[in-house]
Amino acid sequence: MTASVLVADFSARQGSFQVTAAFGVVAGRPLALVGPNGAGKTTVLNVLAGHLAVGSGSILLGGRDIVDLAPEARRVGLVFQDFLLFPHLTVTDNVAYGIRMRGARRSAARAAALPWLERFELGALAGRYPHELSGGQAQRVALARALAAEPDALLLDEPMAALDVEIRDEVRAELAAHLRDFAGPTVVVTHSAADVAALAADVVVLERGAITQRGSWAQLRAAPATPYVRRLVERREE
Amino acid sequence: MRLSGPAVIIRVIAGLALALLVLPLLGILLSAPWPRLPALLVAPATLQALGLSLLTALISTALCLLLGTPLAVVLARSVSWPVVPRRLLRAAVTIPLVLPPVVGGLALLLLLGRNGILGKYLAPIGVTIPFTTGAVVIAQTFVAMPFLVFAVEGALRGADRRVELAAASLGASPLRVFRTVTVPLVAPGIAAGAVLCFARALGEFGATITFAGSYPGITRTLPIASYLASQSDLNQSIALALVLLVVSVAVLLGLRDRWLPGVRG
Repeated sequence: MTASVLVADFSARQGSFQVTAAFGVVAGRPLALVGPNGAGKTTVLNVLAGHLAVGSGSILLGGRDIVDLAPEARRVGLVFQDFLLFPHLTVTDNVAYGIRMRGARRSAARAAALPWLERFELGALAGRYPHELSGGQAQRVALARALAAEPDALLLDEPMAALDVEIRDEVRAELAAHLRDFAGPTVVVTHSAADVAALAADVVVLERGAITQRGSWAQLRAAPATPYVRRLVERREE
Repeated sequence: MRLSGPAVIIRVIAGLALALLVLPLLGILLSAPWPRLPALLVAPATLQALGLSLLTALISTALCLLLGTPLAVVLARSVSWPVVPRRLLRAAVTIPLVLPPVVGGLALLLLLGRNGILGKYLAPIGVTIPFTTGAVVIAQTFVAMPFLVFAVEGALRGADRRVELAAASLGASPLRVFRTVTVPLVAPGIAAGAVLCFARALGEFGATITFAGSYPGITRTLPIASYLASQSDLNQSIALALVLLVVSVAVLLGLRDRWLPGVRG
């Protein structure tokens, strides 16, 4: 069962860097978390995924507080900027990994991975290893791997950053379609205006560890609250 | 292209270093008693020493893998420890590398010998370790362990730990992350460490002869047999040395091609 709402309200510290954030994400309205480099975007993702403990606060996912749960118990899917596929596993076994970890046997997990391979047009690549894939293919595998584990929520960290510029528009359109199909809350971290416009319904702007503006992309364009947001909506910040 | 003065000097010195490494081996090949070699190689004493060497080196390598891999994990994770225990742990693992093997053998004897610190409790219950094949294995494991630990530790530290985070987010418990992701990722390091470990165990001499002695068929491994033969029959000694050389080179070449290229990062 995918959850319908993710509500985060916490502060966390990574080294000497402090991030404080409060925001909600509704299923069907992907949230873009934007901000300049070093604003704390990835820190927020690490907190949501459980890889970094909060100093204080709560993370409600579908009504349960997951803030004290270990990463493997949170059911929060994560797509990394550089995908981090398992280099020693084939495309099929990468996608089947989460299904296996939920208790399926190897053969059953592979069978359950097949529909995901088809949905992401990976059938022809099923037997390949990650180093034999293009960037766009690796991203599809990373997304299929995260979704096949049936997460309650999905987090994507700079999903376009590792891709060649020429293929970004095409891959972004595909990604937008897949995100529309996902039934849970989705958070996309990016610093690209094109990603925000194509992938997200709502935007939260994070600067130096604090939220400086929130709203729809149209609202941000109409009234940018900081110089960074102004540069972003004028697409000078790519 | 004209080389500058310092470049020439560096190359000359590098050439000398290489000669020091390679010429002695060439010496063995040139002075080998080739016509008598087949007879020397199948002599019972040779086969006995070879069999004992391969058996003990294999067991030692297995022991190093079993004991050394967890130690490598602890060592790799010790970067977050306070300075003093971290350095002590690293020093302890390094000891067999810098300790003369004879000293290591003596230390083992003082610990596990009949009157040793632990040995005196073992003797009454009928367990005697020194001068047995078991002592050979213990001596080899002692000297070879650091090779495995450092190779695996290097692989662990080089592996991208975020892949483990990815596995955790897919529902894998820490134990399953270790088994299904960490171990496969460092497998090339484990294999490389095992090869070095086996080669070191195979060549072990000082600790073995001190702690295990030289009983034919029980503790007389190839290096010991080769050394003893050099006192009486140099040809026999060279033949045994050739066997050691061939086994070592074969292990390194054979396993390198199969394992070391390994997983792409």
